[in-house]
Amino acid sequence: MTDALANANPLLDVRGLRMHFAVTEGVLRRRSIGEVKAVDGIDFTIRRGETLGLVGESGCGKTTTGRCILRLEQPTAGKMLYDGVDLAKLVRKDLMAIRRKIQVIFQDPYSSLNPRMKVGEIIGEPMKVHGLEPDASKRAARVRELLGVCGLDPQFADRYPHEMSGGQRQRVGIARALALKPEFIVCDEAVSALDVSIQAQVVNLLEDLREKFGLTYLFIAHDLSVVRHLCQRVAVMYLGRIVELAENDELFDHALHPYTQALLAAVPVPDPSVEASRAFRPAMGEVPSPINPPSGCVFHPRCPIAVERCKQTRPETREVRPGHWVACHEVH
Amino acid sequence: MPPLLDVRELRTEFRTGIGVVRAVDGVSYTVEEGETVAIVGESGSGKSAGAMSILRLIPDPPGRIAGGRVLFGGRDLMEASDEEMRRIRGGEIGMVFQEPMTSLNPVLSIGRQITEAIQQHRGLDRAAADKRAQELLTLVGIADPKRRLKQYPHQFSGGMRQRVMIAIALACDPKLIIADEPTTALDVTIQAQILELMRDLTRRLNVALIIITHNLGVVARYARRVNVMYAGRIVETGLAEAVYHRPRHPYTVALLRSVPRLDRPRQARLDPVEGQPPDLTRLDEGCAFRARCRFAIEACAKSRPMLEPTEEAGHLAACFRSAEVGGLTGAAA
Repeated sequence: MTDALANANPLLDVRGLRMHFAVTEGVLRRRSIGEVKAVDGIDFTIRRGETLGLVGESGCGKTTTGRCILRLEQPTAGKMLYDGVDLAKLVRKDLMAIRRKIQVIFQDPYSSLNPRMKVGEIIGEPMKVHGLEPDASKRAARVRELLGVCGLDPQFADRYPHEMSGGQRQRVGIARALALKPEFIVCDEAVSALDVSIQAQVVNLLEDLREKFGLTYLFIAHDLSVVRHLCQRVAVMYLGRIVELAENDELFDHALHPYTQALLAAVPVPDPSVEASRAFRPAMGEVPSPINPPSGCVFHPRCPIAVERCKQTRPETREVRPGHWVACHEVH
Repeated sequence: MPPLLDVRELRTEFRTGIGVVRAVDGVSYTVEEGETVAIVGESGSGKSAGAMSILRLIPDPPGRIAGGRVLFGGRDLMEASDEEMRRIRGGEIGMVFQEPMTSLNPVLSIGRQITEAIQQHRGLDRAAADKRAQELLTLVGIADPKRRLKQYPHQFSGGMRQRVMIAIALACDPKLIIADEPTTALDVTIQAQILELMRDLTRRLNVALIIITHNLGVVARYARRVNVMYAGRIVETGLAEAVYHRPRHPYTVALLRSVPRLDRPRQARLDPVEGQPPDLTRLDEGCAFRARCRFAIEACAKSRPMLEPTEEAGHLAACFRSAEVGGLTGAAA
């Protein structure tokens, strides 16, 4: 899916990424009964300074994709070229160095922060581990600075996570991710657990930080409205594959893949007049098991426009308009 | 004709280590027969506690229904005996909760759980209850009901489990269903299927529905009327169309402005509700929203504004400056 000219020098270039997990049975004599193709051959690039949205429903492989990039998983196949270096091939020693550049913000600010550590220690720890700021008082000053950058009172350094609200905790998670001055941050459902009013604050913060520090984000989310607001380009995943990828407005206003169209139609808009005028039929059926995914195009059993060919051959990903990629036999 | 449900000045408290939390603090509203009413609010607004109080499902201790009346079909549920309440729950009032996995018993077959409800409430024999269970599964769109009734909850997907919950809620021909975040745990395409199903069935069977949600889009698509809750109180109520297009409480205005919209191109920045949600153990006599409110004046610290009518019928707001709020937002919406 790489367009050599348009993405002359992407920060991250993912090619043919596959992550298959063995499914085993039995307690004493484990035997393999198949595999889950969590990510099944995906290609995308992320340009320097952009936010790429990766959307899809549970089990589509979006989180696994993020975990592969972070090398929390060792991918089964494929390349992940970060600044020309293949992340998939890195060994332990090099991983440490790359993790200074690539950080993560997780969904749940309740479980991703150690409850026994003070906020200052949580944010300071990565600096300590990476030997970035060995001097304790300088480190403390940096922690206070990071708290301020993330919109928190520097005095929060002496508090514990349970003394804070959900929104404040997520700001601590962001400050921790920033501690090593990264270039690239994987945001995995980073605002999904927050209440509407707080979510907007954190979305704005993420945007401000991207501008201020020249960050690049992979924004993994199931909430399409937030993705529309935050991302420059968006990739839609279904059962381990990217079915559509395009610039933000192009994708939301001119979605071509039947799955993307179903997904967009399913999201209710907070406006009773708009809703009253929308004709809407929910997508039929449910997402099939990734252990034995459907043949051909994985969406064909639920697809309103599927033809015979969709059952047999997996559709190629084609660029149907400039920068707009679709994997569907029936989109021309 | 009196409304199907008439909640008056309902108050529910929880005793915690750091003080008494007034989770529901004088809530009044009505639901007409066959009507869908949404209760919308963020975490801690009291939307779930309020609905659980109607059914007297508040764990005591630490909770306690401290006052108010809940008139349903001519009776005050707050005065009903425990025996009567057991008959009403799952009988005249059906319930659908967020997490179908925890509300279904994992060691009983789906069939057993549905027929149990039917046998208990309607005194049907086993064969008749089985037949009714099959009808119900078909009604909620589960194919091959005979085989599915023998299966256990873990053999159902999240969406299918929620369909089973709806079948159980409908089992005894209720007049009202209370659905507490019924689709929050589900994926968006499944959420749409379940909500469409609930809308279709409640219309067809003329069942009233109270839908409790934090999702402003769900309210816009499915509810006729909406109650907006903040810190244990209803701060605005009215037809969904009126509340969304002509909001009269600053919290409603701020909430609607803070959500990103799928149908609109990206704007520069979102307009969030500033500040943090209120600490419910430290509420004073003033308006709970005033610390985050762009309209706050001195009077807001002295007493909590009551729900007052606006010039639109059935549209009420609890704000001293609601007329000015309306003047500022009317054009924008």
